[in-house]
Amino acid sequence: MILTILAVEGETREVFEDIDLFGKVVFYILSAAAIALFLWGWWKRIAKYRSGRPAGRIRRPTPAPTGNGDRPPPADPAPGDAVSAKRRSRWNALWSIASNSTVAKRDRTMGIAHFFMFWGFITLFIGTVILTIDEDIVRIATRQFGEERSFFKGVFYAVYSFTLDTMGAAALIALVYMAARRGMFHLPQLDYRRAQEPAEGYDRRQYERGDQLFIGLLGLVLLTGFLHEGFRIRASDFPDFEIWSPVGWLIATAVSGVGIPQAGSDTIRTVIWWVHAILALGFVAYIPYSKAMHMLTDPANLLTYDSTSSRRLPAPDPAADHVGYRTLDDFTWKELLDLDACTKCGRCHVVCPAAASGAPLSPRDLILDLRQWAAVGGGTFSLLDSEQRPDQSGPLVVDGVLAGDVIRADTLWSCTTCMACVEACPVGIEHVPTIVELRRSLVEAGTMEAPLQAALQNIAQKGNSFGKSARQRARWTKELDFTITDARKEHVRYLWFVGDFASFDDRLQALSRTFARILHDAGVDFGILYDGERNAGNDVRRVGEEGLFELLVEQNMQQLADAEFDEIVTTDPHTLNTLRNEYPGYGLTKPVRHYTEVLADLIEAGDLAVSPLRRTATYHDPCYLARYNDLTEAPRRILRSVGCDVVEMPRNKDNTFCCGAGGGRIWMDDSDLTERPSESRINEAATLDVELFVVACPKDFTMYTDAAKTTGHDQALRVVDVIELVAESLDRQPALGAAER
Amino acid sequence: MSNDVLVVAEHSDSTLTDGTFELIGAARGIADSWGGQVVVVLVGDAALASQVVGADLVVTADAAQLSDYTSEAYESVLAGQIRQREPGAVLISMSTKGLDLAAALSAACGCPLVSYVVGLEVDGETLVATAQIYGGKIMAEVAIESRPAICGVIAGSFPADAGSAAGAANVEAADPPDLATLRTTFVALRTPDAGDVDITAADLLVAVGRGIGSEDDIELVQELADALGAPVAASRPITDAGWLPKSRQVGKSGLKVKPRGYLMFGISGAPEHLEGMRDAELIIACNTDEQAPVFDVAHYGTTLDLFDLLPELTERASG
Amino acid sequence: MRVVVVLKQVPDLVEEFEIDSDGTDIDREYLTFLLNEFDNHALEEALLIKDATGAAVEVVALDDPDVDQALYTAIAKGADRAVKLVGASGEGWLDTHTRAAAFAAWLGGEGYDLVLTGVQAADDLDGQLAPMLGALLGVPHVSVVVGVEAADGAARVRQEFAGGAVSELDVPLPAVIGVQAARAEPRYAAITKIRQAQQEGGLEQIDIDRPATSSGLTVRRMYPPERSDRAEMLTGTEAEVADKIIALIRDRGLMQG
Repeated sequence: MILTILAVEGETREVFEDIDLFGKVVFYILSAAAIALFLWGWWKRIAKYRSGRPAGRIRRPTPAPTGNGDRPPPADPAPGDAVSAKRRSRWNALWSIASNSTVAKRDRTMGIAHFFMFWGFITLFIGTVILTIDEDIVRIATRQFGEERSFFKGVFYAVYSFTLDTMGAAALIALVYMAARRGMFHLPQLDYRRAQEPAEGYDRRQYERGDQLFIGLLGLVLLTGFLHEGFRIRASDFPDFEIWSPVGWLIATAVSGVGIPQAGSDTIRTVIWWVHAILALGFVAYIPYSKAMHMLTDPANLLTYDSTSSRRLPAPDPAADHVGYRTLDDFTWKELLDLDACTKCGRCHVVCPAAASGAPLSPRDLILDLRQWAAVGGGTFSLLDSEQRPDQSGPLVVDGVLAGDVIRADTLWSCTTCMACVEACPVGIEHVPTIVELRRSLVEAGTMEAPLQAALQNIAQKGNSFGKSARQRARWTKELDFTITDARKEHVRYLWFVGDFASFDDRLQALSRTFARILHDAGVDFGILYDGERNAGNDVRRVGEEGLFELLVEQNMQQLADAEFDEIVTTDPHTLNTLRNEYPGYGLTKPVRHYTEVLADLIEAGDLAVSPLRRTATYHDPCYLARYNDLTEAPRRILRSVGCDVVEMPRNKDNTFCCGAGGGRIWMDDSDLTERPSESRINEAATLDVELFVVACPKDFTMYTDAAKTTGHDQALRVVDVIELVAESLDRQPALGAAER
Repeated sequence: MSNDVLVVAEHSDSTLTDGTFELIGAARGIADSWGGQVVVVLVGDAALASQVVGADLVVTADAAQLSDYTSEAYESVLAGQIRQREPGAVLISMSTKGLDLAAALSAACGCPLVSYVVGLEVDGETLVATAQIYGGKIMAEVAIESRPAICGVIAGSFPADAGSAAGAANVEAADPPDLATLRTTFVALRTPDAGDVDITAADLLVAVGRGIGSEDDIELVQELADALGAPVAASRPITDAGWLPKSRQVGKSGLKVKPRGYLMFGISGAPEHLEGMRDAELIIACNTDEQAPVFDVAHYGTTLDLFDLLPELTERASG
Repeated sequence: MRVVVVLKQVPDLVEEFEIDSDGTDIDREYLTFLLNEFDNHALEEALLIKDATGAAVEVVALDDPDVDQALYTAIAKGADRAVKLVGASGEGWLDTHTRAAAFAAWLGGEGYDLVLTGVQAADDLDGQLAPMLGALLGVPHVSVVVGVEAADGAARVRQEFAGGAVSELDVPLPAVIGVQAARAEPRYAAITKIRQAQQEGGLEQIDIDRPATSSGLTVRRMYPPERSDRAEMLTGTEAEVADKIIALIRDRGLMQG
């Protein structure tokens, strides 16, 4: 090995072998043009991003005035923590960029292929840079001081050749896999048909041609590079050191094998050199105008990604004279970057419960429509990246309303804010906050369906979506044989924030009472706010009714300020999310826990004497626990404690599938859907052969009880809340004791 | 000032309404206590005077301007009669015409008015009306000290047969009012498509209300109705939303029905609806709110969810 | 064209009603007050007229409980002016006759083309506002209206009768209309817009004298209706209740086949 390397000392190849001065001049002019186009393209794109509003992703934004003197501006409770968290997440982002981990998530083969593609081209790019340094800097510089020197020779050249050859080959193999995956696998995520197909028709063949051009260019650059290498080795009659370019060597052997003579090879080599050079330079110029831009937009997008933006929605721009997005000027630069970051990989499209249930929303279509629309206003040009339509509708709208014409209202209302798209996106696109901003402008214009309007009016007038009297909020407690402490009058350890559904829905009131009894019997010190509680506002905010959300926060914070407690507990994941992540911005400083966390602790501390139920169960992760708040273990701990054999559904934990009720969808009509998300989920669970479908969210309980009936699985699969299972397992105790006697 | 009781007759399609006879019956009780007469004022079609029974006198007003209803023309006739006859009380149905006329007459003639009356009594010389207010949640017992007392009566509050007991009445024509200066002009009367089912003729009705939630779920009710061979009826929110044709609407602003069986799903029982169906022989209501007023008129009730109950019923009805 | 919408706050009917210590009125202490639903439709109809003709929409109300909220909501929805007449209301229920007199006096001094208000309200014990206003102002009035199309000097209104029959009438302006239902569901006002209107404080407050009018009625007592003959409740599972209901229908010979 060493001998061979030593043997190649001094050996190298000529970069511009056989290229005369004229050729060199032409090459440098082409290079300059390519670089100029590259820079011009990025200049335009960056100018577009720079026209966006601040996003608070680089530096912490200075707290802007809210325009409402008496209210504190929404801000993080502990700025120091947030900064260090941001720094940490930036290192994480760098790691995920380098490792392609977000691409590999739930698609390992694709992740590996992309990894080699990614590093293959980076290696080739570095190789070109090294070559440039040697050719245009070292050689020229040393020539001024006498003898021309070069480091591009000998051992360095051998290592260089070998590295580039193998990485190039890996990239080529990856590319072949990716092309085959695209062309032959018929993957649903790569099907560009829209979720909402306009009756007038549309044409997305450009997208496919754009993909083909991208793959084709990459492939040709690699292929011509290797061919050139092969013909060069053949033309120079297989010099020993060129064995360090194994792919080129193989090609050279093949070339010689088919009988192409040395001289002929030299001519072909020159032609290929030019073809390769023009393709490579063309590719450089092509990057900012095509799908290839993701090579730069995606790392930037991942570096500035904020995983909290969905769980803690940004407040509207206080400087704007309107709420919600109406024009391109309303977008933050990160949202504009999001649009250019999309590679159409379709992962969001296939995980979206709206798209899956036949609703007119696909997160992919939403981003692509906005991208096409924003390119016009933002002055950027993309090659083969447009949807064609016979009319000026959707992304082609010129003088229309953004939320309503460019993106249809029914599309925006279809979102359940389940965050599956954000979670699935490998490049850090944050769809949910953008959708909410667009919804905000729908709400401001009053564009909404009647049931939603009724719900919002009820919440505004009575503090609950049921339209019941605010004074009847705690009526469910009347059937208890003890009185729950009024937390506004007495100090309690746990303040139970009950929420609308658990307070007013007949079926859920029984669950609320069961939970109250469990806490009471376990001697837990807890209280409620009685008629002082209002809807917490999580879904109100996600519907886009920001003013109502602020009103609810004020009302609730007032009540919370009057109460004395150590921690908040709630059964509702939606309520939990806003209390935990959004209320701190308005002054809430107490920890907020889900009831499953509290019950799990009580059981493990021995305060709840549970006995095994010996049942088979599957657990449905609520989006607002699993994806929004990374809370997946507590309910499973309880299930194990009460002796349930838990079988996981294929989609579990952060890959859970939405019940369809989130983001205010529970107040909207879902009768147009082909298969409700909740029904799809029940059907998924029905394949597992378990007795129980366990939920930990009041809305889930109603959604899945209904879905079990409509799918006809209600006999075989019982929908139960964790509360019921705990209660059942506690009730077992005396019976078991009696049996033992 | 007389002790007479004036009844404003109402008619449609050349027939006096049930409400008119209900008012005549109520008026008779008051007039008897006071020692006065029951005077029916019939505006528009004088030929209908022969249909009036149970009254002492029918005063007719017939003119070209009165053939179609306008508040202005009717008002001038009725105000003229009130001023001329100075009755002790004036009874008028709280129909569209009543809602249009009663308060205007009260202001124009300077006499008191009680709306939403469901009961009338005489206490000494004073007329005492019981009114149903706050959406039927509260009853108010109101004494009307001065006369004439105008009472806007909710249809169905008094038995109609009491007003159709005695024989025919004397008929006289009212002094012709001045109708030359009318400002309101009648253009056209549009009736809903007659092609649809006549729900007033059915023995059994399946009625659906706001509780159904969405247009597509009307289908669930339709399936049960089909299985039972009954038409679907609806409360106002359903027809307002356009989910069912107006011809299916039961209630004050819809049709009054008196079937032998009336099944109600997701109807809470607003007075507007109850007025149109409370006389059904068998009323079964399904509503999740056990406090809902519908259970005050229904004979049988259940608080089960209609989405759970409907398929079960349809299955049994089809079998 | 000036379209004036007369608004009124009424107790929220979802609340539990209690009778006060005198037994002659409801206890208002714990009630919440909302805009009369029909008045909301009247406002919507006025705004639709504005959308079509550019008419100016003004809302006016007496000093009812929480009336500012209703008036600011109207501004947020697009009303051009909101007026609160202070001085006519006292504690407790205010009869329609007094209301009508107060509004008629103010309207008489203001000038208007069209007055819209709800056809009725849950507490209209002594009658409905629209006809009374029409009579006091001496202008034509139409109630139970489900659509108003106003052009210069005249309006075509659609008046609804039992059974869904609709009468079309031409009314010269000025006129008073009692609205049963607007042509479209009342629009939504975003809370941000309502709050913005509140902050801008564009509410005109005008002091008036309490009119020397009364309803001429004496409320002797108020009471919740007796619930003696409430429905017999069917209990059990869906299947059991369904069986019972089918049996009831069948027993009366109402099942076909």
